[in-house]
Amino acid sequence: MAYSIQGKTGAWEVVIGLEVHAQVVSKSKLFSGAATEFGAEPNTQVSLVDAAMPGMLPVINARCVEQAVRTGLGLNAKINLTSTFERKNYFYPDLPFGYQISQYLHPVVGEGVMTLDMPDGTTRDVGIERLHLEQDAGKSLHDQDPNRTFIDLNRAGVALMEIVSKPDLRSPEEAGAYVRKMRTILRYLDTCDGNMEQGSLRCDVNVSVRKAGEGLRTRCEIKNVNSVRFVMQAIEIEAERQVELYESGGSVIQETRLYDPDRGETRPMRSKEEAHDYRYFPDPDLLPLALDQAYVDRLRAALPELPDAKKARFRVLYGLSPADATQLTAERELAAYFETVAEGRDAKIAANWTLQELTAMLNKRGLTITESPVSAQQLGALIGLISDNTISGRIAKDVFEEMVETGGDPVKIVDAKGLRQITDTGAIEAAVDKVIAENPAQAEQYRSGDQKVTGWFVGQIMKATGGKANPKMVNELLKKKLGG
Amino acid sequence: MSDALTHLTIAEARDGLAAKKFSAVELAHAHIAAMEAMRDLNAFVTETPEIALERAGQSDARHGAGSAASAMDGIPVAVKDLFCTEGVQTTASSHMLEGFVPTYESTVTANLRKAGAVMLGKTNMDEFAMGSANITSYFGPVKNPWRLNDGKDRVPGGSSGGSAAAVAARMAICATGSDTGGSIRQPAAFCGLVGLKPTYGRCSRWGMVAFASSLDQAGPMTRSVRDAAIMLQSMAGFDPKDSTVVNEPLPNFEAAMAGSIKGLKVGIPIEYRIDGMSSEIEKLWQTGIDWLKDAGAEPVEVTLPHTKDALATYYIVAPAEASSNLARYDGVRYGLRVSADDLTDMYEQTRAAGFGREVRRRILIGTYVLSAGYYDAYYVKAQKVRALIAQEFAEAFKKADVLLTPTAPFPAFAIGEKMDDPVQMYINDVFTVPASLAGLPAMSVPAGLSADGLPLGLHLIGKPFDEATLLRVGQAVEQAANFTALPQLLGKA
Repeated sequence: MAYSIQGKTGAWEVVIGLEVHAQVVSKSKLFSGAATEFGAEPNTQVSLVDAAMPGMLPVINARCVEQAVRTGLGLNAKINLTSTFERKNYFYPDLPFGYQISQYLHPVVGEGVMTLDMPDGTTRDVGIERLHLEQDAGKSLHDQDPNRTFIDLNRAGVALMEIVSKPDLRSPEEAGAYVRKMRTILRYLDTCDGNMEQGSLRCDVNVSVRKAGEGLRTRCEIKNVNSVRFVMQAIEIEAERQVELYESGGSVIQETRLYDPDRGETRPMRSKEEAHDYRYFPDPDLLPLALDQAYVDRLRAALPELPDAKKARFRVLYGLSPADATQLTAERELAAYFETVAEGRDAKIAANWTLQELTAMLNKRGLTITESPVSAQQLGALIGLISDNTISGRIAKDVFEEMVETGGDPVKIVDAKGLRQITDTGAIEAAVDKVIAENPAQAEQYRSGDQKVTGWFVGQIMKATGGKANPKMVNELLKKKLGG
Repeated sequence: MSDALTHLTIAEARDGLAAKKFSAVELAHAHIAAMEAMRDLNAFVTETPEIALERAGQSDARHGAGSAASAMDGIPVAVKDLFCTEGVQTTASSHMLEGFVPTYESTVTANLRKAGAVMLGKTNMDEFAMGSANITSYFGPVKNPWRLNDGKDRVPGGSSGGSAAAVAARMAICATGSDTGGSIRQPAAFCGLVGLKPTYGRCSRWGMVAFASSLDQAGPMTRSVRDAAIMLQSMAGFDPKDSTVVNEPLPNFEAAMAGSIKGLKVGIPIEYRIDGMSSEIEKLWQTGIDWLKDAGAEPVEVTLPHTKDALATYYIVAPAEASSNLARYDGVRYGLRVSADDLTDMYEQTRAAGFGREVRRRILIGTYVLSAGYYDAYYVKAQKVRALIAQEFAEAFKKADVLLTPTAPFPAFAIGEKMDDPVQMYINDVFTVPASLAGLPAMSVPAGLSADGLPLGLHLIGKPFDEATLLRVGQAVEQAANFTALPQLLGKA
């Protein structure tokens, strides 16, 4: 069922395109040697170039170019062997040169395609229009002084990749899936840390609405949306605004808007009179960026396995469902963790434990997979103990909790606490006989045809054996004894 | 003694220092005295006698130890005030940068310093290098030491007018200039000097206050062709901090000057016979052709059909780049700030107060030609014409090894003349601008005096990175011209 907005005049389709600004992972800035570390004291990571001192010239950082090309390759996109840097001219105090060096007519990466993984396990392809490199601006700090604005240039000149999608997205959910998948791919490539809270991944959202079968109508651009949830909310609110506008006889004007999550509205950022004429022209301080095919091929050959390929492999190699494979490959570290857990073990049990017990534990403690108190080797060993019937799945949960608390080895915990499962038929049989003998009324109830008491019996027997009896053997023996 | 010291060429001073005929400190003292004596010319924005003496002392120590850094070691140099100099005010002759003291040294001046050159001070110039008469400086016009008996001061040309006046008036043995459309060559011609604009990409632009990035190029201003070769050697070279500098080893320019020009083909572009060119300039040009013919070269006619469009093209490209390059002077981080109630007011008042008329004019022109709706008609078209001009030069250089033209259409004019109509002023650069647009090396060599006694220059244009041929032919012109006249201010030689 396609997403639509029901207006007074019927259903409206929503057309969405996204511009993602991804801060490039690199030690130094796009055109200067200053450091890029997040959270440094204001104006401590500023070179003469970043401050646009007289006579300073930009020099392209080869690492940033490499990261952009790798990202392009990860998005199955065309790499343009020649691209150019242009100046986008406008005045703002946190833009020291009075222009941003960006790519305009000739970006380094052209058209590509990204596959979205929808929550229901299906996939959908979305076109990538382009990827280009540009400088970030500094920060204006308005809250340091009642009368003045302070400027922090630490971020000025840091490399950004602007990744523009085609207007292929049709619902807030798809837009959310797009941002999530983009983040996954960038993190796999280690070209952007994807951290939306720190602003290293930011989104501009283009939204328009239309009736089925129509061409594109006027769009609005919602700037700087900084979480997946806000992206989805902003689209819904903006689409509804546009539908109401059309249905009340108005029309949408192309403008830049701001999403205010507190008020649940979008509103215009600047009036038409302030609209910028950026006067783009090729930056004469920089030569065209020329790459050779061998360089691109080398980068391609050195790419890590990307999420789609990993997902496909997980499905085939481990027999996982699309949903499980998607979840396990959403983060490179999680996928690696899972593969260690699953090595030589039952992959389904490994997947379940990784996605359920482990993930729940991490979420509860606010930890990332790399901070997990239980190592993949330890979790693998625990699953080994389940598979070889040393412990039951239920006991395993207790052992897991102990592992989380103490960081201990599962085999040692099982041994120390005497949790090994009883698989000796004689011992279980004795326990079964004892429980039946002590509870003749319930035994009679069963024999008269009420099999609901089976569970009660199992519980009693497990209690008698301290939970260590093999549940399968208990079931079998119970049936034999009672039925006999 | 001191008068003799200020009349030396670099080559002569080098030999004298090596032979211990005088010290670098003596040389510096002589020039510091000349700077003081000639202050009326307004050639310097900032004099740095302490720095000069300190560096001269260091140079003497090196000479004493027999370890001179280069042919420039101990040579007093004037530095155009658009090269950023560490700890020394750098203004580009603009109120905007008055009091601005860089914490860094431009690559070109750092190279000169490494070579042992002794900085005397920072020379006056047209504001942000925008001008052809040195009358747009915030610090007032520079006077040409060449003067007539009409009581009027002549302009030294521009934008490197202070550098030209300083070298012509023997305040410095040589000076750095920068050339965007003729700013080294035209003042060299107006002041009877050699002025060399190297190939674009020969000298680093790092630390040089930018006017138009795709055209700006530093170069030497000297009193002989050999000196230009020696000085260029110390200024030029690869610099990882400027992406537009070529990474190629430098030839030994002085050594490359040796040898005759026999059989060399000298192209004479027919389109350079423009309307309004004075008959004595035309006559000088013919004389130059004859000199080179006598030296064994062969004149050939070449055609550069888009020459007539070069000036218009230049006055779109250069202001376009300037409008963007000068956006950084916003009052926020350094330089002038005029406080105001809001941001837009602060920008407007700062830039209105900080920039002079000509700079404002060019920023407006540049902003206009890059604006939506005009970009294709002006900027894009100008880039196309620029490519055509470069292509025509490439064609001409299939027939010729070097081109010969006049440097400027007229000699130095009086301060105050040609100021009503900016286009009249722009005509100064009609012969120099095409080589700038094509990025070619070009040089003005003093070739004679006008009827009333003002210097005139001949202009040579070379193939890309072939400064060596340019210097060799320049020397032939120099020898034939035997230009020994001194500025009237200095009296007869």
